[in-house]
Amino acid sequence: METKVIKQDGWRLFARTVIGRAYPRVVGTLRDLNWLFFDVFFPLVNMIGYVLTYQALKAPQEYVGFVVLGGAMSAFWFNVLWSMSTQLYWEKETGNLSLYIVSPTSMMAILLGMALGGMLSTALRAVVILGIGTWLFHVQYAVTSFWVLFAVFMLMIIALYGMGMMTASLFLLFNREGWHIANLFEPPVMLFSGFYFPVKTFGFWPGVAASIIPLTMGMDAMRQLAFPSGEATGLLPVRTEIIVLVGLCVFYLLAARWFLAYMEKLAIRQGKISDRLS
Amino acid sequence: MAEQVIFDKKPGAWRTFCVSTWLGWQIESNWTDLFVFLIYSIVWPLSRAAILVVMYLVIRGADFSNPEFVNMYLGNALFGLIGNVVNSVAGGIIEEREHYRTLKYLYVAPIHIPTYLVGRGVAAMAGGLLSLVTTVAFAAVFLHMPINFGQINWLLLIPAMLFGFIALVSIGLFLAGWALTIKNNPWVLGQSFSSLFFFVSGAVFPLSVVFGNWEWPGYIFPVGFWLVLTRRAIVPGVGHSFQMYTQLSDLQLLGLLALYSVVFLGIATLTFRMFDRKAREEGMIDMVSNY
Repeated sequence: METKVIKQDGWRLFARTVIGRAYPRVVGTLRDLNWLFFDVFFPLVNMIGYVLTYQALKAPQEYVGFVVLGGAMSAFWFNVLWSMSTQLYWEKETGNLSLYIVSPTSMMAILLGMALGGMLSTALRAVVILGIGTWLFHVQYAVTSFWVLFAVFMLMIIALYGMGMMTASLFLLFNREGWHIANLFEPPVMLFSGFYFPVKTFGFWPGVAASIIPLTMGMDAMRQLAFPSGEATGLLPVRTEIIVLVGLCVFYLLAARWFLAYMEKLAIRQGKISDRLS
Repeated sequence: MAEQVIFDKKPGAWRTFCVSTWLGWQIESNWTDLFVFLIYSIVWPLSRAAILVVMYLVIRGADFSNPEFVNMYLGNALFGLIGNVVNSVAGGIIEEREHYRTLKYLYVAPIHIPTYLVGRGVAAMAGGLLSLVTTVAFAAVFLHMPINFGQINWLLLIPAMLFGFIALVSIGLFLAGWALTIKNNPWVLGQSFSSLFFFVSGAVFPLSVVFGNWEWPGYIFPVGFWLVLTRRAIVPGVGHSFQMYTQLSDLQLLGLLALYSVVFLGIATLTFRMFDRKAREEGMIDMVSNY
């Protein structure tokens, strides 16, 4: 009996690739519950450590709220850093990258699928971290507009994952140094994005410079919209920060497309697509 | 005619230790050139320290010579060393098995595996010390903390570092053995224990912040003794003001640290043997979970 194979192409192939790559991100991780547990556990423990540090310093309760929010958002940052930016590097290490390259689909669709799947599965973890943190430390919120807050969050996430898609192509050129480079970025971004304190502390221009990372503007706007101190802790007015976030979304998604095409060619030319552990 | 080399006896523990230390250092450092490695060794710990500095700055202002903050800062810097050593020993065996896939070759080589892992731990300690010195020097020069290199109590610091290293490597060995027998996510063991140590060691805040009047969590592992002793050795006046083990003198703390390190070494040696046997029987020496 012959099985008829329907060859997909065009937008259908693109869409099926996106779904196909997003699927293991959502369903696959739910199948390994201890992985899910540790993905929540480590950011949670990190967050508790910072909350207790503030409590040891006798900081106002609102700062505990900043840490809880930052702790929840750190799940997205870790996901983007370790499961987006470095993903093509991991795929190379496990031998899958050459299969992606020779498959008749778009690498942009593969990255988009990874991003969508990562967003969904990480959102679940972030909600758990936020819930536990809020309950454990009695965090009080004063949300002025849920819709604006949600819009800011979504813009921040789209820009952040766009940045992850862009940097994923850069990691195509890395071998053994890939892990170290990713590790190197972890604490400086947590410092300059203001995960645990208002980014305004650095002053205006350093804060603006740090806004190249979408989390900086996103979390600053979210703090203004969700906590009683409101605008007092903000670097820029929320409206301006929303405009900056829209700009970052467009910039990173376009840059991801351009970088991917360029880096893929460069990596093939340099023979780094299937070169592990060198 | 090519020279014939005859190996008539096993390499001794010392040779295994030296070679594994050298290899560990290569793994730690030769992924890039010296310049990038130095930047990495400086930026990473300084950024971590800077988070704490800014947190203190927004709450208390720029009074960085306050003894409370000096203890926090030093504890945070020293804690990096704990993570380095424990994770490199515990994670090293998994890295050999899963990432480089060389553990099976190490097992068939005529070497003593725990000695090999200790060597890896020394290399990690060297990398960690570089970061520690950078962080402490940064605090002394730019934050004007009362850290005077001429006033360091070396007679206390050297034995404290030695016993602390024995204790940390022992914990790492215990975890390495345990990790060998775990099928899924074995590397989380090192990270999990490092996280636990953060709360029971008084790295940044005293135990009372977490446990109130309970002091017993600080007596389960020797990491708290080590952190308090090294603080007391590096900044003698300030270190003694830290609100942990205040009833114990330097000598008593050193004695406790020495006792714990010997006990932990014994436990680690026995348990590693037990886990190792289990891993061999269940065919887990060359297992690749592919995570």
